[in-house]
Amino acid sequence: MTDHDDELLDTGARPKGVWQACLRQPEIGLAILLFVVVVGCWEGAVRLFDIPKIVLPSPSAVGAALWLGLSTDFPHHFAVTFFETLGGFVLGAAGGLILGVLVGQSRLMERTVYPYIVAFQTLPKVAIAPIIVIWFGYGMSSKIVITATIAFFPLLANTIVGLRAAPQDQIELLVAFTASRWQVFRLARLPQALPYIFVGLDVAIVLSVIGAIVGEFVGAQAGLGYLILQKNFNMDMAGVFAILIVLSVMGIGLHLVVNAIQRRVVFWMDSSSDKVMGA
Amino acid sequence: MSNDLITVKGLEKTYRTREGTRIHALSNVDFAVREGEFVTVVGPSGCGKSTLLKILAGILRRSAGIVQMRGQGLEGPSREVGVVFQAPVLLPWRTVLENVMLPVEIQRRDRTRFREEALRYLKMVGLEGFADKYPNELSGGMQQRVGITRALVHDPSLLLMDEPFGALDAMTREMMNLELLRIWTESRKTALLVTHSIPEAVFLADRVIVMSPRPGRISEILEVDLPRPRTLEVINSPAFGRLVSAIRAHFQSLGTLDA
Repeated sequence: MTDHDDELLDTGARPKGVWQACLRQPEIGLAILLFVVVVGCWEGAVRLFDIPKIVLPSPSAVGAALWLGLSTDFPHHFAVTFFETLGGFVLGAAGGLILGVLVGQSRLMERTVYPYIVAFQTLPKVAIAPIIVIWFGYGMSSKIVITATIAFFPLLANTIVGLRAAPQDQIELLVAFTASRWQVFRLARLPQALPYIFVGLDVAIVLSVIGAIVGEFVGAQAGLGYLILQKNFNMDMAGVFAILIVLSVMGIGLHLVVNAIQRRVVFWMDSSSDKVMGA
Repeated sequence: MSNDLITVKGLEKTYRTREGTRIHALSNVDFAVREGEFVTVVGPSGCGKSTLLKILAGILRRSAGIVQMRGQGLEGPSREVGVVFQAPVLLPWRTVLENVMLPVEIQRRDRTRFREEALRYLKMVGLEGFADKYPNELSGGMQQRVGITRALVHDPSLLLMDEPFGALDAMTREMMNLELLRIWTESRKTALLVTHSIPEAVFLADRVIVMSPRPGRISEILEVDLPRPRTLEVINSPAFGRLVSAIRAHFQSLGTLDA
């Protein structure tokens, strides 16, 4: 209710200029200021104390390395890592979703299967990455599989919980109107689970980037993780930092895409999910 | 079996709690509901009135006894029944019209035909122009009106209502009761409504089934011979007062009424 009131107030006094926007949402301006101050201090400290490049590169050096990388080999390696991330995400998320739906059908099934799934989840994926590389080779497929094993669990867990989220009287009402089991699933359980599934997707997409990089660390011929190792080996710290920037941009971008899709699909939860994010 | 729509004979319901003790929720319940009649069931909490309604709706299994609709055994949910719960239970991702069309969709009836029907009922309950709104854009009273429309849309013979206005404030509740009577008169359905409000039970009903708890059983069935159509003035009539105080005295004698 109070949210609604806020909206009404906002529409009444919508500021037009950039400055007014800054005044209305001071956190945007402050965040930019914080960034400038931190980067400025960093640059100043590196110059003032003459810190060696292989310990901590200056922001300007990182910027230069980023510019150089983007105009030479970054795009190729970015494409490889991006494809591995997305491929693994889709595979793992689909697997987690499907298994979650199957396991969510009955308590018995859940109790039978879940201990094994938890056991698999507690296994550090980094530890099994070398095995997967041996099984699937040094190419992209091994990275996709490693990523899939990581993206799998958030979807599985959230799907199972989400499928239980439908209130009892909602289900009873549908049953009273002679709904079949499948209709109850389609009309109530699945839509009710969607907010949970999207939480899973959001966690999974961010983890997927990690999965792809871990896979590339173990053994690869291309990709940003492979490039990090190479630059580390050559003591090109500025280059490593530049790749980290590219990676975080990729992670943030994918997260934003998932959020945008969520807002369209789970439109009825919009305000409340915003509240959770803001809290 | 003259013109009885619903016949209930010797109905029993026992629950088993998690600790293994048996709870006798309904004991030897006998009654019939005539075609087109408005029957209310009144009783304190724990008298099994909601259990009774859920058994009639087919979402709860009975332990023993007979439940018939037009002389046929009623096993499980029926396409001829419309239900309204205490909460409106609308699906937030569906518009008002899509929510109302739920039974039609579930029962795979003719959508175009029943769409007209849905819009007609929405107009009848004063929600014309709200068809494409989402439930969270509606007030509590409006949501429950959507719930009632949904229970009527597939043209059921029997309308089952479990304290449909229990969650509403007193003034909205009075208004909704009037509206319900109007809808019932226009749609000519048979209605069974469960409530714990004695005045509400008397105001709406042709007959009031009075239940008492532990074990839940029918202690009395009262004819309400107040003239129809009823307005709120009925509440001030001596006949209305006599019925209400008779039921109240009955609960008091059982020691089940605190007020």
